[in-house]
Amino acid sequence: MGELRLMKGNEALAEAAIRAGMDGYFGYPITPQSEILEYLTREAYNRTQCTVLQAESEIASINMVYGAAGTGARVMTTSSSPGISLMQEGISYIAGAELPCLLVNINRGGPGLGTIQPSQGDYFQSVKGGGHGDYRLIVLAPATVQEMADFVLEGWEMAEKYRNPVLILADGALGQMMEKVELREQQPRGTRPVPDWATVGKTKDRERNVITSLFIKPEEMEQVNLRLQQKYKLIESEITRVEELQTDDADFVIVAYGLSARIGSKVMELLRDEGMKVGLIRPISLWPYPYATVSKAAEHVKGFLSLELNAGQMVEDVRLAVNGRCPVGHYGRMGGIIPSPEEVADVIKKMYSEL
Amino acid sequence: MQEIEHHYDEMDIVCERPAALLDTRMHYCPGCGHGVAHRILMEAVEELGLQEKTVGVAPVGCSVFAYHYMNVDMQEAAHGRATAVATGIKRTNPDKIVFTYQGDGDLAAIGTAETLHTVNRGENVLIVFINNAIYGMTGGQMAPTTLVTQKTSTTPYGREVPVMGNPLKITELLAQLPGAFFVTRQAVNTPANVRKAKKALLNGLKWQTLNKGTCFVEIVSNCPTNWGMKPVESNKWLEENMLPFYPLGDMKVPSKEELENG
Amino acid sequence: MAKIRGDISIDVEKCKGCELCVVACPQDAVALSSEINKQGYHYAVLIEDVCTGCTSCSLVCPDAVITVYREDRKSKKKTPVAEVRNVTGDIKIQVGAEEGN
Repeated sequence: MGELRLMKGNEALAEAAIRAGMDGYFGYPITPQSEILEYLTREAYNRTQCTVLQAESEIASINMVYGAAGTGARVMTTSSSPGISLMQEGISYIAGAELPCLLVNINRGGPGLGTIQPSQGDYFQSVKGGGHGDYRLIVLAPATVQEMADFVLEGWEMAEKYRNPVLILADGALGQMMEKVELREQQPRGTRPVPDWATVGKTKDRERNVITSLFIKPEEMEQVNLRLQQKYKLIESEITRVEELQTDDADFVIVAYGLSARIGSKVMELLRDEGMKVGLIRPISLWPYPYATVSKAAEHVKGFLSLELNAGQMVEDVRLAVNGRCPVGHYGRMGGIIPSPEEVADVIKKMYSEL
Repeated sequence: MQEIEHHYDEMDIVCERPAALLDTRMHYCPGCGHGVAHRILMEAVEELGLQEKTVGVAPVGCSVFAYHYMNVDMQEAAHGRATAVATGIKRTNPDKIVFTYQGDGDLAAIGTAETLHTVNRGENVLIVFINNAIYGMTGGQMAPTTLVTQKTSTTPYGREVPVMGNPLKITELLAQLPGAFFVTRQAVNTPANVRKAKKALLNGLKWQTLNKGTCFVEIVSNCPTNWGMKPVESNKWLEENMLPFYPLGDMKVPSKEELENG
Repeated sequence: MAKIRGDISIDVEKCKGCELCVVACPQDAVALSSEINKQGYHYAVLIEDVCTGCTSCSLVCPDAVITVYREDRKSKKKTPVAEVRNVTGDIKIQVGAEEGN
């Protein structure tokens, strides 16, 4: 059993990054995730000599991540919605150059400067691209402080296995809430082998390594895209992650991730107490999306509700999976307002009565 | 044409293409100073024996394909972000020699913030800045360094200060920053200037190992195609128009003590 | 003082005929050929046997296509070298003083 601590989500994530043997962190302050930068500037260098740098902007941060990731270093940046928007160009370059790294979005409300309260308004941005071109991010959505910590090392391992950026999509509430968390042992730094593609100086025994996303010849660019798509198919087949709660006998299913899934499970309990057979599907990987799990449930349920802290984004993926076999509703609050379980239960009861 | 009898076997090679510059035809237009700058940079890397520990960063601009020619490990950066990329490389690999190679649009327009903050932090990297007062790759638009009254495709009547502002002397600006260790402006239009520019690059690379701050070498260069001149004319125009506004010379040189206490 | 002898060789297929070497040559020994290379450029050639190996042409060459040769004055006037067996290993001794150094 690892060390147990009571920690904020943001701090647990930062601590997990140090323990995962992070080589470099580049970030810029933005609410509600500045504790990560603060925690790391306080702890990381002193403990593991990990590079921690407060950049002049999110644009600089993501490009520092690009440079460091290109040398095979285990690197991370974290930000919140407007900052993540600024990083999109760099994220596209990172995906195009196939660099492994960890990105964290502690989602706040938008559009624009928006609010500093929790939101899930960045679902589209996270799973449907965000930046330009045909690329995918592996997107992990923690629902507990424990998962905020666990997904750090797991995320890096996925990133390194597939040479693909991994995004942890959490929100302001998960970042700020305190829960018990079990921390992994400290992993030593500098023990991972340097990847053969890394730009660390051209030795005589190999050709020079080039990190680039530029392929000016149309035929070459198409081949790069086809290879990327093949990789994305492989990732879909290997790491789609989802949690199901009481879906076996359910005739109605709530689909919710992250903070919404915490509310969703409470709603499920309330409605079960009233005798309704309600289940919960919690996508953990938002890309790859667990279409198969939702589709399977669609064979025996009468309806779905996509519960999100936004105006209706993931609901489109639920509908894709259900493919018209039964009604799919959406309920969401915005601006940092978190719906009460009772409020959601009422929505489901009304929807159910109309089925 | 009369054939000259050659005597190669009786003589020693005193100057040849450096091995660190790959044996490929470069895509640059005839007479473009990029080729000279590439060559002397790679000569410097080679002469200092740094090829195996050097990582270069290419920009967006005409020299976007620098990594097709420079035989060192390289990364291609997004437009303007080369020094941020270099910071990421150097901070996680402090034992490597890191350089960026950037044009005026990349370094002094879209990438101004990254440039300024990289030098201000005193990142131990070499920044090579090619200033030819125009956007070459996109077809000759105004650059931040375009001279007043200079015609470009977006200043068809010449750069007018009230509309387009002033040419930016970013090198003078950067020389003021405490993080800068060595700041100089050179050119590659004559044999003598090429020699001096190479010396500056040698110093810029060598002094990086002292970990005392950023080395910044501006190279005033030409753009025959987009200036609408023959190469020889363009170098003359550079001499008569660019150099009076962008005078050559060192702007910040490390003292003897600074170099000795390495 | 005897004139220094030099020579250049040009990788004509990579030459783009920019003429910068032509104006850089203090001996006026370089010109563009009337022939063209595969890229369609009139490439640079040495037209007079007056090269001193000063490297000016190759310094300004944007395509790094000029290799410069120079006669090594020292090696030409090098005096015979005698090899002497020594208990600590072979050593070379130069006989007579080296000129011009």
